[in-house]
Amino acid sequence: MWINFPLFPQRASAMAWQVDGLFFLLLAVSGFFTLLIFVLIFVFSVKYRRSVHPHPVQIEGSLPLEMAWTLIPLGICMIFFAWGSLIYFQEARPPQDAMQIWVVGKQWMWKFEHETGQREIDQLHIPVNRDVKLVMSSQDVVHSFFVPAFRIKQDVLPGRYTQTWFRATKVGSYQLFCSQYCGTNHSQMIGEIIVMDPMAYQAWLGLGGASGSLPANGRQVFQQMGCASCHRSHGQGTGPDLAGMFGKPVQLSDGRTVVADEDYVRNAILNPGAQTVAGYKPIMPSFQGQVSEDNLDALVAYIKSLAQPQPNATSQMQ
Amino acid sequence: MATAVQTVERENYLNSNYGIKSWLLTTDHKRIAMLYLVSITAMFWIGGFFAMMIRLNLLTPSGELVTADTYNKLFSMHGIIMVFFFLIPSVPAVIGNFVIPLMVGAKDLAFPRVNLLSWYVYMLGACVELTAMVTGGVDTGWTFYTPFSTTYSNTHVIGAALGIFIAGFSSILTGLNFIVTIHRMRAPGMTWRRLPLFCWSNYAAALIMVLGTPVIAITLLLVAVERGLGIGIFNPQLGGDPLLFQHLFWFYSHPAVYIMILPGMGVISEIVTCFSRKRVFGYEFVALASIAIAVLGFLVWAHHMFVAGISVYAALVFSMLSYLVAIPSAVKVFNWTATMYKGSIRYDTPMLYAFGFIGLFTMGGLTGIFLATLGIDVHVHDTYFVVAHFHYVMVGGMVMAYMAGLHFWWPKITGRMYPEGWAKLSALLVFVGFNTTFFPQFVLGYMGMPRRYHAYPPEFQVLNVLSTAGASILAVGYVLPMIYFLWSLRYGEPAPPNPWNAVGLEWMTPSPPPTHNFDETPVVTWEAYDYEHQPQEEVTVGH
Repeated sequence: MWINFPLFPQRASAMAWQVDGLFFLLLAVSGFFTLLIFVLIFVFSVKYRRSVHPHPVQIEGSLPLEMAWTLIPLGICMIFFAWGSLIYFQEARPPQDAMQIWVVGKQWMWKFEHETGQREIDQLHIPVNRDVKLVMSSQDVVHSFFVPAFRIKQDVLPGRYTQTWFRATKVGSYQLFCSQYCGTNHSQMIGEIIVMDPMAYQAWLGLGGASGSLPANGRQVFQQMGCASCHRSHGQGTGPDLAGMFGKPVQLSDGRTVVADEDYVRNAILNPGAQTVAGYKPIMPSFQGQVSEDNLDALVAYIKSLAQPQPNATSQMQ
Repeated sequence: MATAVQTVERENYLNSNYGIKSWLLTTDHKRIAMLYLVSITAMFWIGGFFAMMIRLNLLTPSGELVTADTYNKLFSMHGIIMVFFFLIPSVPAVIGNFVIPLMVGAKDLAFPRVNLLSWYVYMLGACVELTAMVTGGVDTGWTFYTPFSTTYSNTHVIGAALGIFIAGFSSILTGLNFIVTIHRMRAPGMTWRRLPLFCWSNYAAALIMVLGTPVIAITLLLVAVERGLGIGIFNPQLGGDPLLFQHLFWFYSHPAVYIMILPGMGVISEIVTCFSRKRVFGYEFVALASIAIAVLGFLVWAHHMFVAGISVYAALVFSMLSYLVAIPSAVKVFNWTATMYKGSIRYDTPMLYAFGFIGLFTMGGLTGIFLATLGIDVHVHDTYFVVAHFHYVMVGGMVMAYMAGLHFWWPKITGRMYPEGWAKLSALLVFVGFNTTFFPQFVLGYMGMPRRYHAYPPEFQVLNVLSTAGASILAVGYVLPMIYFLWSLRYGEPAPPNPWNAVGLEWMTPSPPPTHNFDETPVVTWEAYDYEHQPQEEVTVGH
């Protein structure tokens, strides 16, 4: 137990340096104020102890001092507010060209699916120095995806997608924890992120295990579930044409405009009446409960793939 | 000063009546405070037993003492008991109940029978809660997050929620009583600017109790409705929204931490002035800081949800507001420290606990700044860093203040002095034990150990062992006062009316006070903490 006794987490992502930098600055500032209070209390209680200072001097207060110890801490706080928010905004906005991994949390395991079709459980292999975006959902209760070495954490919710991203900077294996309490084996819902150099990663991809890419699987689901009978290309169907839709603004029948992201597409499948596209009748049935979390991810990945001009894909839709 | 012998022999609230009925049907605020003291002390030991089991289980990485399910129940029940049945009623229902009417110069609280009702409601809630625990327990955490609590947990969720639901009404009744008493029952001359700061801070806490508690009642009712009737509110599979629960839950439960800490801050204001023999530095600022905390405390709830999937702009607003609520707390700490400047300081036990409070509350408050900082919160959220932070505020802060207050007013409450030497030892043990228990948890949290883990990776073991060792010191620190307080009831030195030579109306009546508190309604002509002008010996009531 004494051999392996670290006091600080590993630092293996670009974000880790930023978070630690802010953390140490805040630690220094807090340390200063804690020490200030401790020293003042100690000095006052020794210097003004009753045996040497029997007659207290009554002081009502001091407006300048009150102002000082209101405004100075407030000013310092605002610096940390701004800096902390900058980091948070970066964490919330995955880079456009990030490689995408689909994550499903369930009691008590993590399921990962690569765009290229590899599936993993409680292990995620990714290449070093590459932006990785995670699109996550839960099959049951709220979980939370937490990799201390990357300093990232994001709750994983049932019924919708949440996202986070990271860029691993060091080859190695890092702990993944579920950090939102999720029932009996919450503490067993752990895994590892295996960061590989690009060559090794390519070799790992080549090992097989992939049964077709994720969008290709999605296309199969699309056909099995009969989606194509309404969603035809060039506006010929009773449903909107899905080619080129992903990532673009969509005009809804209630007048709102939303961007067709992963969460929109997911909602459009599970709860179509809520966000009907303008010009179409709200006739699509809900697929809530009829499509598994994994197939849902595949469907969304397929519809996303239609955003790129792929002559093959559009002809397949009909 | 009256001699001890006289005070013990005269009629007081303890010897005016004997028999179980005279206690269970009493409407005397002082006796109801005693009923609360006995009840919440029992709850404290039950919650403390759960805490000790948690710490013992975490001695080994594989968690060999209890099963995962048992462990989950232990931390859930520890949280529920300590938050809803100990911390929330502690200072208000025991110390506040006893001293607020004395402090404002009143014969009792505004609604004495409502006060008794609040204790019965509390007891009913506690009985329902304990029944739910004895018959199988609950494993949702004290936070009842959905859809786990409404759909997936196989434990007594509805029973546990019902216990909290019922106990909430006792908190509302106490709050209501304090608000009306402080508005309507102040003695002639006791203006708002002369009101002791303990009353100000309990007033602020009472506002939150009355305005916030109904929200947790509604929320828990909705949990029961979804769990019992299958009506979709929070579970997305039934068309609900799990984040809605978190918003509703924290809308009460964040202000609730100010219900817990504000009365404690009031205790510290009383003690620091008394043992420095000085008026408080910046009375208006300390008083208004309490109100500012109560108001701002309602506007920061979503800082519990920065990684829950809320909008980044919402997170921005809640982060900003969370810094703002930290400022009035900082103002209080600076003012207490400045109060000691050029004072005449004695180190009696209440003051030692007050030193402990100021130091540990400062650390608890400053680590709150880490959690308000968005970029850092993402990393430390739901780790032991958060566990350490709120124990620094709630145990290092609030329980220290409660102990400080118990020692400070013990002579007034019981008419007996506690043994000073033992009390100082216990204050020291609590301080050392507390820091040994919870400081390592800050380090564990930043290293990434998630909270609510029955088992953990082996590299976290050393710090966990240290934490458990600290918890056993802390336990001794809490057992000691239990023993010597009971001992003092029989063998303690009889207490004079004003053992600390303090100002404040509660010290101008005998110890223990007569049933009607004052023989004549006092007339107040001096400011709070007027240690310079108030002629102690001459102003006695009931000549």
